[in-house]
Amino acid sequence: MTRHARRRFLTYLVAAPALAVATKFGVDVYAPGSADAAIPTPPAPADLVDLGDLLILAGKPTADMLVLSVDEDGGVDFRLPREEVGQGLTTAVAMLVAEELDTPLDRVRVHLEDARPELLFNQLTGSSNSVRSLYDPVRRTAAAARARMVAAAARQWGLKASELTVRAGVVIAPDGRTASYGSLTAAAATLDLGSLTVTPKNESEHTLVGTPTSRIDARALVTGAHPYTLDLDVPGAKPCMVRRPPTINGTVKSVGNEAAVRAMPGVLDVVVIDSGVAVVAETFGQALDGKNALEVTWGGGTVDTLSDSDIRARLKAATPSLDLLGALVKKVDTEFDFAFASHAPLETNSAVADVRADRAEIWSGLKSPIVAQAAIAQAVGLPVSKVKVHVMQSGGSFGRRLFYDAALEAAVVSRKSGRPVRLMWSRIDDMRHGRMRPATHHRIRATYAAGQVLTFQHQVAAVETDFRHGLGDAVTAAAAGLPTGLGNATFAQTLFLNTVKSPYNFGVTTQTLTEVPLKMHTGSWRSVYSANTRGAEEIVVDELAARLGKDPVEFRRSFLKTERQRAVLDRAAKEGDWGRGLPDGWAQGIGFHEEYKSCTACLVEIDATDPKKPRVTRAVIVADVGRVINPRGLEAQLLGGLTDAISTTLRAGLHIDKGLPLEGSYSQFHYARQKDAPKDVKIHVLEGAGEPGGAGELGVPAAVGAVANAYARATGTRPRSFPVNFDVDFTPFPR
Amino acid sequence: MPSHTFTVNGKSVTVDAPDDLPLLWALRDLLGIRGPKYGCGIDVCKACTSHLDGEAFNPCVLPVSEAAGREVTTIEGLADGDRLHPVQEAWLEQDVAQCGYCQPGQIMAAVALLKRTKNPTDADIDAIANVCRCGTYFRIREAIKSAAERMA
Repeated sequence: MTRHARRRFLTYLVAAPALAVATKFGVDVYAPGSADAAIPTPPAPADLVDLGDLLILAGKPTADMLVLSVDEDGGVDFRLPREEVGQGLTTAVAMLVAEELDTPLDRVRVHLEDARPELLFNQLTGSSNSVRSLYDPVRRTAAAARARMVAAAARQWGLKASELTVRAGVVIAPDGRTASYGSLTAAAATLDLGSLTVTPKNESEHTLVGTPTSRIDARALVTGAHPYTLDLDVPGAKPCMVRRPPTINGTVKSVGNEAAVRAMPGVLDVVVIDSGVAVVAETFGQALDGKNALEVTWGGGTVDTLSDSDIRARLKAATPSLDLLGALVKKVDTEFDFAFASHAPLETNSAVADVRADRAEIWSGLKSPIVAQAAIAQAVGLPVSKVKVHVMQSGGSFGRRLFYDAALEAAVVSRKSGRPVRLMWSRIDDMRHGRMRPATHHRIRATYAAGQVLTFQHQVAAVETDFRHGLGDAVTAAAAGLPTGLGNATFAQTLFLNTVKSPYNFGVTTQTLTEVPLKMHTGSWRSVYSANTRGAEEIVVDELAARLGKDPVEFRRSFLKTERQRAVLDRAAKEGDWGRGLPDGWAQGIGFHEEYKSCTACLVEIDATDPKKPRVTRAVIVADVGRVINPRGLEAQLLGGLTDAISTTLRAGLHIDKGLPLEGSYSQFHYARQKDAPKDVKIHVLEGAGEPGGAGELGVPAAVGAVANAYARATGTRPRSFPVNFDVDFTPFPR
Repeated sequence: MPSHTFTVNGKSVTVDAPDDLPLLWALRDLLGIRGPKYGCGIDVCKACTSHLDGEAFNPCVLPVSEAAGREVTTIEGLADGDRLHPVQEAWLEQDVAQCGYCQPGQIMAAVALLKRTKNPTDADIDAIANVCRCGTYFRIREAIKSAAERMA
């Protein structure tokens, strides 16, 4: 560490924003395949400016404040102001850096940046926006570093920079002289180049970007060497667990046996915090025993009287009525329910905190570290500048780590206990008191005549999603946290309008969101509103096709808006052998989705011979995400989205019972296992051009539609409530 | 405090701990061996899967006293120095890991399976109940098949 610190030469680069982007928006892009085929739907807000565009715009002023350094061995360090949770971002970014620097990929190290408040909106990981927002700035930064290396060599040799070439991190002169980046970095760092203008490579010159590349951290992950938050050795940091209330947001009234618990083996401290009672011990096993032994008198929570049936009734009541129609209008009228779903990342909420009188240091998996830092500073009474927040690569997120629940708790316990702590949520707590995708109710009506869809109306009611992380900065987080939830509601509407849209020409199309504000622990769950909203729409699309006597693929073909969409659908139908014969109780299903400037089609086959134990046996996924950085990583994300869809459509959800989820582990929240996963998965990434689209969440909604449609055809049923098999088939853990 | 002596990854270790302390915490908190992960603590998610006398087991539910005199292998003990186990190699080849948190357990489960059966069927692979919340199951399946070929 110290050796590297001494020998590293920093090139802090603020590259000139050289790229001006002009994008053509207009109805012509969305013209139907043939002029008389369908009734065009005007672009929705998300067609014109999607959430990713807004995030990129917000991050623009600070987008180039990226730090790249090259050490005397030629090793490249890049500090990434985002979180890695398994989506493969560090690999994609390392590829961009290596490409622009013309240096081998294994010489590039990517580090997750500590919270940097000055980055404002540019340190949020979400909305499938990381590659979209970093693509240009990272390339500009690395290209500027390369230009400096070349300029340093040119000066050393008295040659023009334009005469030199670079291969594998070595600058080469026409006469054969060479100089490695390592030998040039000191000179390059101090070189006065005036205002250096650089242009990243033309994309046709890419040799690494666009090729299937394995994860840069794969070896550490398969050897157990990768350090997750609780694998860190922070001196003196002791295991800590929290006893939580019997209902969501319950309060601590009193602790009856504190002295007895303090006397248990290994127990070091017992500390009351807002969310429960923390026990600090020598081992997690002892902290767990200690917290289980606590006798706590609890105050009520915020939703104590509510169970699933009440919440469903409220959602239903909140869903706006559909337009009145004459009796002769032909229509598909449907309602859907989706249950709450746990994010359930395999690494539970966890954090290490070392809070002293004059400073604090925090380690945790954080997708909005600036907001976390501000909240922690306030909670422990320190200025933000004295709170160092390290972002740890973590064991999954799916939206969960937009919040910093464990980091805040750990900081408070550390301050109160006067020692560093390693705080971990139990799995039961993580499922019951952690965050969830809110339950939703959907009312959809489509009208049709003469082979055309005339109108498509979709009213969504959802339990409020917590967006109090804002845009990852302290100001918008504070705005979202305004009293009465008005700020949060504005965020929700903005997010809904800028993500949810229909890819079809279904005439007059409206999609609305009504939120029911219940004080529960919610949060964005991979693809946010789209999994349920677009998933439900894909089911209705199949039903419309049936009413109009058309094949589901053919029907989608004739109503999709663009050639690009149709190419994706056609490829899925072809690769998936759409329409092939299958035994009784089996069926194919298809779904389509477009978002984040990307589109995808998913075709699955299901064996629902036993409708209680369906298995998706085969899947074909096709995606066009524009420019692809790493096809291998992209395929991994689509595979993950498929598994999420299989799980939440068929079996995985949370039952709320008198203010608490019943589910407390994976034996109860039925996320798919190997036996539920398809044995045959083929993923085809179409060659795209232009800017990269988003991909981390893209796979879920199309796969939800495909799985639900396959299940419906295989069983001859019309599922309306998801997950379809959702019995309480377990004995809940005690509260 | 009782004392417990057993072998971890080829080395004899002794820990002072209550008899009923789950071995997972003896490994992680007392011995600093952090490859095995906590995911549920009740033998459901299988993230901590390791080997006891060569067979897959879950240290989150084994009292440390029951490890006495036995041989524990964790993910850290699988490779032979810098030379990875063929199952780890297959995992790299298929680029299986996403978040990676379950993968030490998945790999240890696969190694145990391949020890029992040289050519596992799809049904054998289905029987591995380790949760992967990133949903990498298909790549795990392909990696196990590839490892079986490598080890043939």
